[in-house]
Amino acid sequence: MKFDTPAGTNPIDRLKVVGKATDRIDGPFKTTGTAPYANDWHDPQAKLAYGVVVSAGIAKGRIAAMDLGAAKAAPGVVTVVTAETAGKLGKGKMNTAKLLGGPEIEHYHQAVAVVVAETFEQARAAAALVKVTYTSEKGSFDLSAAMDGATDPGDVQGSPSGTAVGDFAGAFASAPVKLDQRYATPDHAHAMMEPHASVASWDGDKVTVWTSNQMIGWGVRDLALTLDVPKEKVRLVSPFVGGGFGGKLFLRSEALLAALGARAAGRPVKVALTRPQMFNNTTHRPATLQRIRIGATREGTITAIGHESWSGDLAGGGPEASVMQTRLLYAAPNRMTALRLAVLDLPEGNAMRAPGEAPGLMALEIAMDEMAEKLGLDPVRFREINDTQVDPEKPERPFSQRSLVACLHQGAERFGWAKRAAKPGQVRDGRWLVGMGVAAAFRNNMVLKSAARVRLDGNGIVTVETDMTEIGNGSYTIIGQTAAEMMGVTLDKVVVRLGDSDFPVSSGSGGQFGANSSTSGVYAACMKLREAVAGKLGFNSADAVFEDGQVHSGNRVVPLAQAAAGGDLVAEDAIEFGDLDKTHQQSTFGAHFVEVGVDVATAEIRVRRMLAVCASGRILNPKSARSQVIGGMTMGVGAALMEELTVDKTRGYFVNHDLAGYEVPVHADIPHQEVVFLNEVDPMSSPMKAKGVGELGICGVGAAVANAIYNATGVRVRDYPITLDKLLDGMPEAA
Amino acid sequence: MKSFTYERPSSPAEAASAVAKTPNAKFIAGGTNLLDLMKLQIETPAHLVDVNGLGLDQVEPTSDGGLRIGALVRNTDLAADARVRKDYGVLSRALLAGASGQLRNKATTAGNLLQRTRCPYFYDTAQACNKREPGSGCSAIGGVSRQLGVIGTSEACIATYPGDMAVAMRVLDATVETVDATGHERKIPIADFHRLVGDKPEIDTTLRSGELITAVTLPKPVAGTHIYRKVRDRASYAYALVSVAAIIGKDGTGHVAFGGVAPRPWRVEAAEADLPRGAKAVTDRVFDGATPTHENAFKLKLAERTLGAVLTEARA
Repeated sequence: MKFDTPAGTNPIDRLKVVGKATDRIDGPFKTTGTAPYANDWHDPQAKLAYGVVVSAGIAKGRIAAMDLGAAKAAPGVVTVVTAETAGKLGKGKMNTAKLLGGPEIEHYHQAVAVVVAETFEQARAAAALVKVTYTSEKGSFDLSAAMDGATDPGDVQGSPSGTAVGDFAGAFASAPVKLDQRYATPDHAHAMMEPHASVASWDGDKVTVWTSNQMIGWGVRDLALTLDVPKEKVRLVSPFVGGGFGGKLFLRSEALLAALGARAAGRPVKVALTRPQMFNNTTHRPATLQRIRIGATREGTITAIGHESWSGDLAGGGPEASVMQTRLLYAAPNRMTALRLAVLDLPEGNAMRAPGEAPGLMALEIAMDEMAEKLGLDPVRFREINDTQVDPEKPERPFSQRSLVACLHQGAERFGWAKRAAKPGQVRDGRWLVGMGVAAAFRNNMVLKSAARVRLDGNGIVTVETDMTEIGNGSYTIIGQTAAEMMGVTLDKVVVRLGDSDFPVSSGSGGQFGANSSTSGVYAACMKLREAVAGKLGFNSADAVFEDGQVHSGNRVVPLAQAAAGGDLVAEDAIEFGDLDKTHQQSTFGAHFVEVGVDVATAEIRVRRMLAVCASGRILNPKSARSQVIGGMTMGVGAALMEELTVDKTRGYFVNHDLAGYEVPVHADIPHQEVVFLNEVDPMSSPMKAKGVGELGICGVGAAVANAIYNATGVRVRDYPITLDKLLDGMPEAA
Repeated sequence: MKSFTYERPSSPAEAASAVAKTPNAKFIAGGTNLLDLMKLQIETPAHLVDVNGLGLDQVEPTSDGGLRIGALVRNTDLAADARVRKDYGVLSRALLAGASGQLRNKATTAGNLLQRTRCPYFYDTAQACNKREPGSGCSAIGGVSRQLGVIGTSEACIATYPGDMAVAMRVLDATVETVDATGHERKIPIADFHRLVGDKPEIDTTLRSGELITAVTLPKPVAGTHIYRKVRDRASYAYALVSVAAIIGKDGTGHVAFGGVAPRPWRVEAAEADLPRGAKAVTDRVFDGATPTHENAFKLKLAERTLGAVLTEARA
């Protein structure tokens, strides 16, 4: 099905199942431990062996020698695979560094071997016996030092690395009120609960990998490329992902090493990364250094806005695209953005929840707060003044829907924003200095081709199969709701099967494109199935109404199941998107409001209240959508207050490589979180009229927290995370 | 993890003897720290002597009005003990500020005293660390050190003792009781229990080989407001940047020890006379001679301000 004109009225609009706050259908499996995660898989027919990854102890250089003798002789060891013995390996399209390194070492904890043994414990003990000696080379590990050598990375995911409209320099220079500030965001780890894990099993020249991966299609392609086999010889199965946040968009080392280990061992092999390996072996969100310049009239109209961002990656990698939202968020006749990329020898950078926008808004939305203060304007009002309903760089492109101002107004009303003291450091509650902050949330709505297969059986059960993934976001449930709505049955009559490359190729989960794209693919397949049903029952498909497990047309009513009485009816289709996302800018919007307390003596920061108001198209399941948003808000608090991969700038690695050192919020850090969805439908987006929401939740939160801290204390911190040591010098004298 | 042998002795002296006579043997109780370190091959014992079956799990009054806490009393039970809550509030609060509920259910009194540093370089076997591998060097000096020590450190090591419980025990003047392989019992004042690193950072305490902690005794209660204030980057489940254990009397006099700043709970008794003069007078003396790094110099100001907050709380 081609989606190239705005959606008219369709069966989804009935909203009998879609749009209802529905418990997740996979919930009972998860709470009873019966949802099989990657590391839970085993092939009962074959004797499983266990692989443990040996990872490099230097950041850059070469392996001088590798002594495998002791490891191979250790109890239970089946085989050891290194780059030398692995055979010819290619590289996946989404990988920068090799997943199996050697002799060249490209980053710390790059995999250099997998040791396979009869038991996990034997493999782990033997892995520690692999003796590697290295010749270290000097590397570049410090973004601020590498900044001056950074270069233009060229196009970034189809967008130019820089844009310019009007005369930015002139307009900024002549603006009566202006801001020119620098901001910094650190490297972030996905820190998902489930580490990367895979079980691989070969049957002749065909390999099946039970894995934890957000993008089955990419994974099949990249594993085939890396193993140098046709992609028909690779099957990936990933029905449940225990958190990904972008860290599992790609083929990673454990899947490759499970496949190589299994091939060498001649039996299935299971490989999981250890928690310490999760921080340097895999990808992370790169640190940024950002410069923002805003010029405005005294009345608060922005006349010039400029946003530049520097980040680093391994040679051949890409930048953190943290200026993208600035191209679209606020009106201004004169504007510029630019991305610069430095070569760093730290582990590989790549996507993490709302790549680009999350760190970009952490800077931009502080800058907006600072500018509002310079202008003597309320920060909500300042954003309202500079709202736009068209793409400010290409005014001929309207937004399909844009309700940022409504989000801000409704949020301000609900949060009691009017009580905020404009002057910072004024509100005290016992030992706490109290402040409020606001930030706009913005994340683009991407749409990707997505296919599905649906089957109706003689019992009236509708089965959906698609390689869409469930990464904790509720995919099973919204896909089930979509099929139920389309076929006029209740949710319990729908079976959803996901995450298997034997199923039609979906959008996968990432970039908040999954929910809208994959349910639209199911919509397309169901439209085909409805035609097949109508044909079978002798209905004109245009007139047939699918409702209450029956098909109605005129005076005739037939049970849906009857259409499959003579055998299952199967339909498969894909949604393919035309150029509505080119003619119209499709984005999601929100407003985050945060109240913090800062201890007047110690400068400990505690979030007291949070509210997000979101406008992101039709909400398919308000319950799981809310869960997505509060998860994003929680991650935003982490980014604001504690998350930082600490770089050892001499040794070239992330030092705090465990969950004691890399702190993410715990329950005690997160107060009541309120989420409100505006009643929006977006017919430009898809037949579902939905948009993404999973990443909108994190966008802007960090800045809202930062702005609240400033409002509480009068101390402006532009270098995340905002830890107490950065506030102490500016706090009031101790009592 | 390396293979190891394992035994369960039937008495404290037998346990001590088992460790003394077996090369590279260690006691195991709750295992909340040791097992993690073994999985990472930071600790590589050849033999584990499991003391969990030895009793030593009672909290009992002593004849001089104090409390005797068995070595195997779990953190959860100790924190909840009615006598501890009533008379040694600083200890109960310190325990509850540490780790998580699940860990406190397993962790023991003796084991908590013996928990090892959380220095990130200690935790990475690819890096030099004098505490893990004597003579290999200290990566933290000149490396990432925000969490690490500001005083009592040396040119060989700037790691901290990371715990909370011992900081409270230090301000309570606790005594560590031990037994060795010959059955000889020893009482070690808590002030002498954790070592300053000097040139032997690999040795955390003054325990001798095979010496087993059997109990910790507390003297009779000290009157005053008992406060444990732990400052950290997140609200729970994190090690202290700075912590303050204090007992402050109505007249402003009292006792104070600091955590998160040194290789042992840090207390300078002579400085306590200055408590009525306020926090700065005390911390100026307590931290006299401090050698912070540029990343953790903030701990000095934080210690002063945290003590100030504690004194304010005690007055309230």
